[in-house]
Amino acid sequence: MIIPSNALIQIADLEVGKHFYWEIFGYSLHGQVFLVSWLVIFLVIGASILGTSTITEVPRGLWQNTMEAVVEYVQNITKSQIGKDFKEWVPFIGSLFLFIFVSNWLGALVPWKLIHLPEGELAAPTNDINTTISLALLTSATYFYGGLKKKGFSYFGKYIQPTPILLPINILEDFTKPLSLSFRLFGNILADELTISVLTLLVPIIIPLPIMILGLFAGSIQALIFATLAAAYIGESVEGHH
Amino acid sequence: MTDSIVSAASVIAAGIAVGLAAIGPGIGQGNAAGQAVEGIARQPEVEDKIRGTLLLSLAFMEALTIYGLVVALSLIFANPFTS
Repeated sequence: MIIPSNALIQIADLEVGKHFYWEIFGYSLHGQVFLVSWLVIFLVIGASILGTSTITEVPRGLWQNTMEAVVEYVQNITKSQIGKDFKEWVPFIGSLFLFIFVSNWLGALVPWKLIHLPEGELAAPTNDINTTISLALLTSATYFYGGLKKKGFSYFGKYIQPTPILLPINILEDFTKPLSLSFRLFGNILADELTISVLTLLVPIIIPLPIMILGLFAGSIQALIFATLAAAYIGESVEGHH
Repeated sequence: MTDSIVSAASVIAAGIAVGLAAIGPGIGQGNAAGQAVEGIARQPEVEDKIRGTLLLSLAFMEALTIYGLVVALSLIFANPFTS
């Protein structure tokens, strides 16, 4: 019996690698990712505006309290990794953290299956490798910018620290950092969604619930890890050796 | 014919990839959790700090298995060797 190579997809009814394509200027874009990321951006910006519109010295009301707690949390992450000059990097780390966190939770909490697209389905933007790679490359660009701004051209001196023999490994590190950042986030989120869909396929009710809660937990931990690592990389490149 | 052989090999490879990738992190996570419990038993007052660090490092180890899973998933769903 010959099974066609994509039979597994039909058996499991999982939609991996199917996208809702938009053709713009000859490029195909993954439309479902854009739609959900816009929703995420809208939510984050909306919460920030609500939190800061009627700002008072003593925090009042739900939104200002919540957003102040979030800002303090992000400041703590940044401070613990970068040290005394952390203020400059709080917006970047905070945006990364909030975007990833809200994406992961939206992907897990909202029943996206109810909204039908012509092809593919809506899900967390972070379960598309393009999103996570772009976030990771932004992080790379930022730590290069931070290092060059702080130390000028002597930033490249770190490549021959502690000995010039380590030069290839130090260069390789610049490639493995975004690779591991993006694969970690992408793999975790996709793995959670796949586990949930496979379990739902086998037992539709109650049994997948603990895994869904685990997915929420893993989503928040992954957002924290991504933010912490980005801050650590930035801190590593702006810290003074001498 | 060759296509079905490639498919079969890919499915087996996907299984092996996840299985092998789970060994190391499994040992590592066991070690880390054991040490954390020991630390909490010795100094219960720093339990919160230990728990935070433990969760963070567990997630790092988890990522290694996830790399294996990414390989497995790309072999099954996005295999470049089958038409």
